[in-house]
Amino acid sequence: MKHFNEIKRNIKKDFSSFKTIKIALLGDTSTQFLNVALRGLAYDYHLNIDIFEADFNQIELQLLNTDSEVYQFKADYVIIFYASHKLLNKFYKTNVEARTAFANNKINQLREICNTINQHLTTKIILYNFPEIDDQIFGNYANKIISSWLYQQRKLNIELSALSASIGNLFICDLVSLQNQIGKSNMFRPSVYVNSEMVLNIEALPEVAARTLSIINANDGKIKKCLILDLDNTTWGGIIGDDGIENIQIGGLGIGKAFSELQYWAKELKNRGIILAVCSKNTESIAKEPFEKHPDMVLRLEDIAVFVANWENKAANIKHIQSILNIGFDSMVFLDDNPFERNMVREHIPEITVPELPEDPAEYLEYLYTLNLFETVSFSALDAERTTQYQVEAQRTQLQQSFVNEDDFLVSLNMVSKIEPFTKFNTPRVAQLSQRSNQFNLRTVRYNEAAIAQIGLDENYASFSFNLEDKFGDNGLICAIILEKISKEIFFIDSWFMSCRVLKRGMENFVLNTIVSFAKNNGSSFLKGEYLPTPKNDMVKDHYKNLGFEEQENYWFLNLTTFEPKKTFIQNK
Amino acid sequence: MTTREEGLTQIIEVFKDVLDDQSITLSESTTASDVEDWDSLNHIQLVVAVEKKFKVRFTSKEIQSWANVGEMITCILSK
Repeated sequence: MKHFNEIKRNIKKDFSSFKTIKIALLGDTSTQFLNVALRGLAYDYHLNIDIFEADFNQIELQLLNTDSEVYQFKADYVIIFYASHKLLNKFYKTNVEARTAFANNKINQLREICNTINQHLTTKIILYNFPEIDDQIFGNYANKIISSWLYQQRKLNIELSALSASIGNLFICDLVSLQNQIGKSNMFRPSVYVNSEMVLNIEALPEVAARTLSIINANDGKIKKCLILDLDNTTWGGIIGDDGIENIQIGGLGIGKAFSELQYWAKELKNRGIILAVCSKNTESIAKEPFEKHPDMVLRLEDIAVFVANWENKAANIKHIQSILNIGFDSMVFLDDNPFERNMVREHIPEITVPELPEDPAEYLEYLYTLNLFETVSFSALDAERTTQYQVEAQRTQLQQSFVNEDDFLVSLNMVSKIEPFTKFNTPRVAQLSQRSNQFNLRTVRYNEAAIAQIGLDENYASFSFNLEDKFGDNGLICAIILEKISKEIFFIDSWFMSCRVLKRGMENFVLNTIVSFAKNNGSSFLKGEYLPTPKNDMVKDHYKNLGFEEQENYWFLNLTTFEPKKTFIQNK
Repeated sequence: MTTREEGLTQIIEVFKDVLDDQSITLSESTTASDVEDWDSLNHIQLVVAVEKKFKVRFTSKEIQSWANVGEMITCILSK
């Protein structure tokens, strides 16, 4: 992590080519340095942060009064920083009888603040939770005393998580976890606090800023989607080609434990939707043997979406993995114990994240825990199926190679699509697709769950979600459309995003036919589309042109009266 | 053991780094009002950086007590 001073120097650099994010920052202690740290570190995230910093200790004044400066500022994010130290002070001033309700009262206040914001602004809220202060009034016995500070503080932190689970656009920035990682003495310096009214030590500021920006980044779709594992001395101890299956180190004993625990961690990531891939310098059959036969292996072949073991260089192999998965290099993490391989991959693929694993495998996991690699802003039960879907995709690729004619191949897939408006059941997945789709995304407007739910209810909008099934299985919800009725005659395509898993299946034609017939049935004569370029969506630059739209002053129009339905091999389910 | 001159040289380095200004010159009699950007907020950052450089810790009282750079050096040398 960079030092605060280096980050501060970033502020003088040129941010003009970066996306601007407006942040309202409010704290009950001094936030001036946090402001500097956020703006400075944002340079490394390629973000230009425009901060409105409220005057000291104005959180309620600004947020509960909807005429205040914060409401005029129209921030993309409202960041609220209540300090544990101030809270402890309030607790001590609270009557003993009222203390058992202290956490609940604070939660009610925070809920009111969030609700007020959400009634008047379209924004996201980031709230820091409360790093623990053990005041030692009861010692260990505090755990038995509901009215103790320690008890109420812990309860508050748990209730805060519950509050964030119930308010879609409320994100907790986990300072509790950060303090647990870097230690209280690094997090908080009494002399700094006493002299400046700042509760964050200067050494901790870059960490806090990084945690905060990681939430903003994830909301912007910048997330890791894939973990690529080397095998020898990364996934297991020893070298399978030399040592043989019976001698590699894995399981409950000695150093084997370190590798087993790393595998459990990788499996857990896979279950939450991170794609696992293998990239190893090995003979393929030998490399696969432990996955098939070793009793102590946690990871099995079915956990691995793409398995590459050969003697080619690793950068080339990772490029191959990327081409199958069709995701950006910047969404990939590569774990390898060998510094040479790491540097080689970094040099050839600068976008990929390659953690500098410690020399001792026993340290791997603890080190990885400090990196917060897999920040996300959405989770749906379907995520666990992602690996299977990519494996099936590999089968489809094989089948495709057996057909000379593209149409014959598409017919053979027996594709059916289920179309539904946004409902409470598909809202999480639609929101997730909105956050994750970078390439096939015409305008890249990111919607969270609350916003998607709102659009589903708004009469000015028509929403469509598309599932795609074929003979190999269900691809799940892979495409969404938001139409906005902007006049009697015209529907504007506010959003068109699609998972790249289903490219080249003619989904675009099917979707267009669907929305054209909807628009016609609702008395419209035109569809209006727009392409907003990003560094990643070049793929759909000519999307509307290819579908027969005509350009007019940077917008694309389709005349519905002369529209001929497009050829499609997808049936309506 | 650091001499006062060495102490001053190292403190100048810290100031240049923290205030991001290579043209800074300090003497023992320099006070905060003599240096642009040496405000109360940057003072905290300077103190933490000086602590790190000299591997010392100041008390809260000490941090507020120095009238000029010379007193800061005296304080460091007393540690």
